[in-house]
Amino acid sequence: MIYLVERLGAWTLASLEEMGRMLNFILYAIYTCVRSPGHPRHILKQISFIGARSSFVVILTAGFTGMVLALQGYYTLTKFGSEGMLGVAVSLSLIRELGPVLSALMVTGRAGSAISAEIGIMRITEQIDALETMALEPFKYLVCPKLIASVLALPLLCAMFDVVGIWGGYLVGVKLLGVNPGAYFGEMEKGVAWKDVYSGMIKSVSFGVIIAWICCYKGYYAGHGAEGVSRATTTAVVTSSVLILVWDYFITSVLL
Amino acid sequence: MIELKGVRKSFGSQVVLNGVNLEIPTGQITAIIGPSGEGKSVLLKHMIGLLRPDRGQVFVDGEDISLLGRGALNRVREKFGMLFQNAALFDSLTVFENVAFPLQEKTKLSDDEIARRVRDALLHVGLAGVDAKYPDQLSGGMKKRVGLARALLMDPRIILFDEPTTGLDPVICRAIHQMIKETHARFGYTAVVVSHEIPEIFDIADRVAVLYRGSIIEAGTPQEIQSSGDPMVRQFISGSLEGPIHLI
Repeated sequence: MIYLVERLGAWTLASLEEMGRMLNFILYAIYTCVRSPGHPRHILKQISFIGARSSFVVILTAGFTGMVLALQGYYTLTKFGSEGMLGVAVSLSLIRELGPVLSALMVTGRAGSAISAEIGIMRITEQIDALETMALEPFKYLVCPKLIASVLALPLLCAMFDVVGIWGGYLVGVKLLGVNPGAYFGEMEKGVAWKDVYSGMIKSVSFGVIIAWICCYKGYYAGHGAEGVSRATTTAVVTSSVLILVWDYFITSVLL
Repeated sequence: MIELKGVRKSFGSQVVLNGVNLEIPTGQITAIIGPSGEGKSVLLKHMIGLLRPDRGQVFVDGEDISLLGRGALNRVREKFGMLFQNAALFDSLTVFENVAFPLQEKTKLSDDEIARRVRDALLHVGLAGVDAKYPDQLSGGMKKRVGLARALLMDPRIILFDEPTTGLDPVICRAIHQMIKETHARFGYTAVVVSHEIPEIFDIADRVAVLYRGSIIEAGTPQEIQSSGDPMVRQFISGSLEGPIHLI
């Protein structure tokens, strides 16, 4: 019994220490971004890596998400004779929820794991120590460009996801299932408010922070050897994905 | 001068440094030798503030760096250069970009001036025509020399060498030692060399300190260390299997 209590106490202390270190990490990253954000060339490189090179997977996911939403929505709405509302149902689901969340999950899987592995390898090969011995700030080179790029790229990817998803829904709803195209776009225009759009964008920005934060943190404190980097990469993707979904619930309840 | 006073460091329950006292004289080459896994690299990292002691003090030119914040520590690090065990070159940058990196980030020199200095630094370490290669296209010895060129470029007053010859063949090993001696004579920096290369290290060092079980058990000139009566020191220098150092 005492052993169990000891283990629980040790686990609690370790968890609190980890959370404190994570909080310090993001606060120091934000401070560094404000004070010396790094060379624009490094930031553009990261925007290209996190944003532009995630476009294909985001477009692909968005297209099929919009299409399946149209299929499911049509099935439900016909029960109430409201097929005309398909456009607004698809667009609100995408703009408010699925666009920000799924684009963030796609970026986590594609870019987040790579960010974590890159920084983790730099840690175990002492490249981060080398930066420190040159009296250079590692956060300025490794964390800030990724954080800034992630915050800028995620809303753009989300917007892309929304547009492609709506056209995917159009393809299935209008072209395949015969919903009136005027009703599809007309109801959408009436039903989607500006608040829906910016709440999705706010979510995207916060997801951008989460992805850069968790993935950089896990890489920065990677354990020893290839196994340490492998573990850091896996936990970065899992933790980011879970945190995105948990944070999504809380931010939705505030923004509703 | 670098001075360590009563430095203790543990990782979890493992005590690595157990009250290290050591003085590194200015302008000399000091070698730290001792069995593998005794904390020589950990000791070196304390001198440049990459690790902080659990207890004790690390003085650099009279300033206790174990108490400094990031900004003040970076000002102290301006005095240092470091050559890591595996050279720690940035693997996504070419040789030229690796060596030029500190100049590009910390000075306002023109591109032409940076290019000239980088080529000079690479020539000093006997490397020419490898500017466009990436670290993974270089041999171990070449990586170490690129690392040395990078460490020398900012004209540091102190250079720390973490096992600069580990994993290299005897000829390259001697060449690296010679290079340390030559660059030291030319630039007059204070050098701290962590090494296993016995007896070669005695040819280049002005002073030698022996680290064993977390403490400096003996320090002196190479001649004093070579004629030491301490059984541990004698066993380590002779490479004998018989003696107080146990493999397991």
